[in-house]
Amino acid sequence: MSDTGFKNSILPVTAVCLAILLIWSIASVWLNTPWQKDVFKRAGAENVGAVEFVKATMAQERPKLPSPQQVAVEVYNTTVKKKVTSKRSLIYHSKITLSSALLGFAMGTLLGIVLSVAIVYNRALRKSLMPWIITSQTIPILAIAPMIILVLNSVGVQGLVPKAFISMYLSFFPIVVGMVKGLNSPDIGHMDLMRTYSATNWQSFWKLRLPSSLPYLFTSMKIAIAISIVGAVVAELPTGAVAGLGARLLAGSYYGQTIQIWSALVMASILAGGLVWIVDIIGRLVTKRMGLNHA
Amino acid sequence: MSESVIQVDKLSLTFQTNDGPVHALSDIDLDIQQGDFVSLIGPSGCGKTTLLRVIADLEKATGGNITVNGVSPEAARQARGYGYVFQAAGLYPWRTIAKNVSLPLEIMGLDSATRKERVARNLALVNLEGFEKKYPWQLSGGMQQRASIARALAVEPDLLLMDEPFGALDEIVRDHLNEQLLALWAKTNKTVVFVTHSIPEAVYLSSHIVVMSPRPGRIQDIVVSDLPRERTLDIRETPEFLRIANRVREGLRAGHSYDDVES
Repeated sequence: MSDTGFKNSILPVTAVCLAILLIWSIASVWLNTPWQKDVFKRAGAENVGAVEFVKATMAQERPKLPSPQQVAVEVYNTTVKKKVTSKRSLIYHSKITLSSALLGFAMGTLLGIVLSVAIVYNRALRKSLMPWIITSQTIPILAIAPMIILVLNSVGVQGLVPKAFISMYLSFFPIVVGMVKGLNSPDIGHMDLMRTYSATNWQSFWKLRLPSSLPYLFTSMKIAIAISIVGAVVAELPTGAVAGLGARLLAGSYYGQTIQIWSALVMASILAGGLVWIVDIIGRLVTKRMGLNHA
Repeated sequence: MSESVIQVDKLSLTFQTNDGPVHALSDIDLDIQQGDFVSLIGPSGCGKTTLLRVIADLEKATGGNITVNGVSPEAARQARGYGYVFQAAGLYPWRTIAKNVSLPLEIMGLDSATRKERVARNLALVNLEGFEKKYPWQLSGGMQQRASIARALAVEPDLLLMDEPFGALDEIVRDHLNEQLLALWAKTNKTVVFVTHSIPEAVYLSSHIVVMSPRPGRIQDIVVSDLPRERTLDIRETPEFLRIANRVREGLRAGHSYDDVES
């Protein structure tokens, strides 16, 4: 099933990609034109051909908006051509961001599941916890991230963990919402059946609620893992740009290195896309093994 | 044959709704003996399913008394004193047929050898050998319902509560399952309480037919069948059968003569 889905999606996905690249290219020419005009004027160059001019706008050193091929070349140079241990290697920085994102994702998933079980099984917690959980997500993460990192630093927690906390802070939310819905998803007939067996809470959780919730869990995990990358990147900004994709973004903006900023952005989205894809595959395999794809 | 399995005395159940109280059951008296096959028949809203759910402790009565196997319905449920077959098969989609039948046995904490033996025996009883490893979606509706009957039987209860188990199935499958159920009843001397809204089904299966009427849900008539225990589908053509069916039909008519006449 996933094979035919993949084949069927090649054409539309390619078309959308090409459209984005085209719009991007046009935008970069348009945004870089004023500067390029200045350059040619100062150089006294006149009668510059249209083709030559466009080429020049797409090859500036510090463009307002770098062209796709500039970003592609930069990504290539900083991944394939650099040693993985080099501080200028995007792979090095990706690994740092990835490890804190994954740790945060794991913590967020665990926290989300624990909270959802508490909410489903305890009326008081359902009423008292849910408003706070929703409130937590209305606070802008950019505002709260530096504070979390500062507080954790002051109690001696440093390195990977504070960044993972930001990812956890973002990623537990979709897990809670999805799992509460999933754990409550068995229909009344299935629940009544457990009652006729006078099953314990633990048995009906393990044999009914949890299996029913798995499709919801995987959907939530796809959102959570993408948001974990965002959390990790944001968490790297206030730490003073030492390492990680967030650090590359910040350093790039300090020195006006737009190409560097954009390649870090592209790398982050490739990372997030890949992770979502992996979670999706695992989810499909698990539900298929459970015989749920036809349910 | 003379031991009471279910005793219901002046039972009533009133649901409190936003539109005021709904009298789902009112003044129900019923005595079901070991080995009886009792059908509860009546139009929608007459409380037949509700009565079955009270017996199963899925609903609580608001008045009167009821005992199941000599104890309260709650105690009977906790002692796993009955098997319940729902209108929908309600198999768990992530479990194979064998695993579905094994579910109550796992909850009862039986060891895996006993589970295996009971699963095999009860699947054979409903003619589902060879489908152990299939998932519910791979089976027809009739086979799924048979699997759910096997699941209820696997508990090995003396009392079987069935809520319109064949309601969603076509006529031919239904006839076939009725025959199988009757054979099973004749073989095991179990007590069956069976909810239906089909007159032929009720008369064909039952030793006692409880005719119910709505608003408030109450018992209109109890028809004792004198048909022999061993029956074939042909019995539906005999005068005795038609006589009983007629009395059931009259009871149903009398029960809601003030309402739209139901066939």
